[in-house]
Amino acid sequence: MRSYNEAFKDIPGTTVFDATRSRQGYHLNMFCMSLMKAGNRERFKADEQAYLETFPMTPEQRQAVRDRDYNRMIALGGNIYFLAKIGATDGFSFQNLASKMTGVPEDDYKAMMVAGGRPAKGNRSIADKGK
Amino acid sequence: MARITAGIATSHIPAVGAALDLGKTAEPYWQPVFKGYEFSQRWIAEKKPDVVVLVYNDHASAFSLEIIPTFAIGCAERFAPADEGWGPRPVPDVEGHPELAWHIAQSTILDEFDMTIVNKMDVDHGLTVPLSLLFGQPQAWPVKVIPLAVNVVQYPPPTGNRCWNLGRAIRKAVESFDEDLDVMIFGTGGMSHQLQGPRAGLINREFDTRFLDKLTADPAGLVKLPHVDYVREAGSEGIELVMWLIMRGALAADTREVYRFYHVPASNTAVGHIILENP
Repeated sequence: MRSYNEAFKDIPGTTVFDATRSRQGYHLNMFCMSLMKAGNRERFKADEQAYLETFPMTPEQRQAVRDRDYNRMIALGGNIYFLAKIGATDGFSFQNLASKMTGVPEDDYKAMMVAGGRPAKGNRSIADKGK
Repeated sequence: MARITAGIATSHIPAVGAALDLGKTAEPYWQPVFKGYEFSQRWIAEKKPDVVVLVYNDHASAFSLEIIPTFAIGCAERFAPADEGWGPRPVPDVEGHPELAWHIAQSTILDEFDMTIVNKMDVDHGLTVPLSLLFGQPQAWPVKVIPLAVNVVQYPPPTGNRCWNLGRAIRKAVESFDEDLDVMIFGTGGMSHQLQGPRAGLINREFDTRFLDKLTADPAGLVKLPHVDYVREAGSEGIELVMWLIMRGALAADTREVYRFYHVPASNTAVGHIILENP
């Protein structure tokens, strides 16, 4: 199991949602899950901090949500399929979230996708950057 | 007796569903995507399957982190479209086939696959987008659907080999169902894409092309691919491609490629689509 989990760590810019992440991010992800109900989306929008306080998340996780810092949320155990519900609540497309996570303007990110996407070459391995 | 006549693989990108629902299919960005399915819509309208076993993954819609089934088969009469954060898609409810679904559940469990039986489940874009791509925008879906949800969110997901073998068990189950039914199996998700982190936007056309080639010609080679290779080569969400192996496992060894479509991009993702027909 250890070597299975370790193998993913050589892949750059990628976090695999393994058992450790799942335990760490449980309440953060369950908060995201709650946004599937329209009433909860309204409660969240009306007072973000108060709504976040109703979930036993860490202060860092709450702050990352309020900052809409998706990379930080992922580092704190968030899973992108769950986090996407925050983006949906905000009325943003997935490409907007991707531009936030990759740190480029949304138009530049869209242009990269239209041009064929981010190439695999040079993005496969931390140990071997030329791979 | 029932039989599996064909398998279809397709991406299930949520933005494709949104483009369709919002009437954007003629826009230059989306037009090539929908054009890629015109042949398939004509083909399936002609073949008229009675039932589709639709293999997809739930995207934190029906299943949160409270319960994470590896393989969940929908045995209900109906399944409603899920509210994924922006309201449910304006598509018809999905009508199930409880008799065949229960038969598949029983048969595969006795074949040593520990299926989770689901009697209440909303279905998200993973299931409804493929239906839209193949059947357009009807008042009611022209086919009964057995949802088969596969966990690819929480690691580890099932191995490619396990998926392949489940496909074989599904074929055996369908072929022992005592009713004259044409059944198709859909494998959905993929192809290469990464939705998370600084590597988001990864696309690997070479990997996807090889995957499509091997799906027909060398599936036995494909099933050995470890998870880390999917993530490295096809992006973190490219792992969804293991679900295509359930579809392939349910088909005959000498199944024939009828149609293939590949396009980059739709939102963050490479659109891949293939139709395989049994002799």
